Amino acid sequence: MSIRGKAFIAGAYEHPRREIPDRTNSEIHAEVAAGALADAGLSFSDVDAYFCDGSTGFGPMSMAEYMGLKCKHVDSTETGGSSYVFHVGHAAEAIAAGKCQVALITLAGRPRSAAMGGRGGGGGDPTGDMVFEGLWGMAGAVTGYAIAASRHMYEFGTTSEQLAEVKVAASLHAQHNPNAFLRKPMTVEEVLDSPMISWPLRRDDCCVVTDGGGALVVVSPEVARDLERTTVKILGHGEHVKHADNGRIDLTYTGAVVSGPIAFEEAGVSQADIDYVSIYDSFTITVVETLEDLGFCEKGQGGRFVLDGTLVAPHGRLPFNTDGGGLCNNHPSNRGGMTKVIEAVRQLRGETQPEVQVPDCAIALAHGTGGSIGTRMGSSTVILGREDA
Amino acid sequence: MSTDLPTPAPRVTTENQEFWAATGEGKLLLRRCEDCGNPIWYPRSFCPDCGTFNTSWSEASGRGTVYAFTVVHRSMVPGYREATPYVVAYVELEEGPRIMTNVVGCGPDAVHVGMPVKVVFHDTGAGNALYRFEPAGSE
Repeated sequence: MSIRGKAFIAGAYEHPRREIPDRTNSEIHAEVAAGALADAGLSFSDVDAYFCDGSTGFGPMSMAEYMGLKCKHVDSTETGGSSYVFHVGHAAEAIAAGKCQVALITLAGRPRSAAMGGRGGGGGDPTGDMVFEGLWGMAGAVTGYAIAASRHMYEFGTTSEQLAEVKVAASLHAQHNPNAFLRKPMTVEEVLDSPMISWPLRRDDCCVVTDGGGALVVVSPEVARDLERTTVKILGHGEHVKHADNGRIDLTYTGAVVSGPIAFEEAGVSQADIDYVSIYDSFTITVVETLEDLGFCEKGQGGRFVLDGTLVAPHGRLPFNTDGGGLCNNHPSNRGGMTKVIEAVRQLRGETQPEVQVPDCAIALAHGTGGSIGTRMGSSTVILGREDA
Repeated sequence: MSTDLPTPAPRVTTENQEFWAATGEGKLLLRRCEDCGNPIWYPRSFCPDCGTFNTSWSEASGRGTVYAFTVVHRSMVPGYREATPYVVAYVELEEGPRIMTNVVGCGPDAVHVGMPVKVVFHDTGAGNALYRFEPAGSE
């Protein structure tokens, strides 16, 4: 069974704020849910399926109660920042299987103004990955990504200048987004002059830390037909967990090598058909490896591929992250998958900032990466099309 | 063995207690599968390659090469915050597994991919030691 054309994104909403000291995470979940449902022309009482990660309370149990949802299908797949891209695929599967009609997906978190909330439940023995990787001074996510970058540089000659081009492209887009956390266009030189955080990654190779959230509403074709709002067709989805593989970890590729081909096959399209990409950009190296793994260039050529304005909208060969991405716009709750899908929806509706709107954008790809490319990660790819795709 | 890096004690479980006890005696153990013969990393009683619990401990040579690394300049990790810059790396053991660790005993600028290294042990004061790696000499 394929999900192609069997579900549509009808609502998308990104929280406009980047620092939210005056709201709880639960409130933000409800705010973005209301925003996405209003965007779709639906209400809370229409929702019959709910998807969120496990980071707020007991996940979907806590949040369904908070929002008063009456669900007959829930999913709390937790793959870090890629969770919401998984959720889009799983919502489409559930709708295609007749399990539900209106699926709500939400994300919220406030790493800028508050400590991250704990997971509900839990306890027990630590897993071995935590025991054996928790001793060496891994200083947040950047350490693992930096280790991966060192190997990519060693094997393929990727340079810091090439990585900086990714940040520059994101900044050129962010200047047009009034809500973006960083709106100043940057140069390669400025990126290279930013402080070294974890060699070879500098401050400006990193995404922003922002409060906020976002939501999506995925509906059945029957529901979509009755809505006035322009919807976006889900064409294909693939997912994968890549891990250290019993000590054989290879840091030069991501889980996109599996999730990408599955999504392309289901969608029935090729790389040449993609007008716009939202690529998870926790760090610049994440983008370079992911572009290779999704087949937009040869393995190892990602650093060269991003040169010469390839990623810059609207006229680059492969416009990416036109909201400014996680690198400049928003990375709410330290999880960038939600905003990746939202910007792809904006592009397909022709509703992103006019300066970066890709002309005649018909098919878009959104990819999420959760966890770390330096250890283990969740990877999820969705391919979306205009309503008539 | 002295070190500038902190020596946090590992979280010992029933599954890894022999591994950690051996580090206190200056030994780096590898779990190995009795069925497929593969080494297992991270240490666990289950072989992820063939799905058996028929596994046992053996001693590793303690030699390897740097597979990939970073030099951490900013760190919030207690104890490590004051120790920057320091190196976090994957070292590829002679036996095959690529294991996360620190490279010590030389300046961060001297570390490079492919550098031969050998294990050293840093006492945690909890009856075990952290396995770190230092340069093994000229290539």
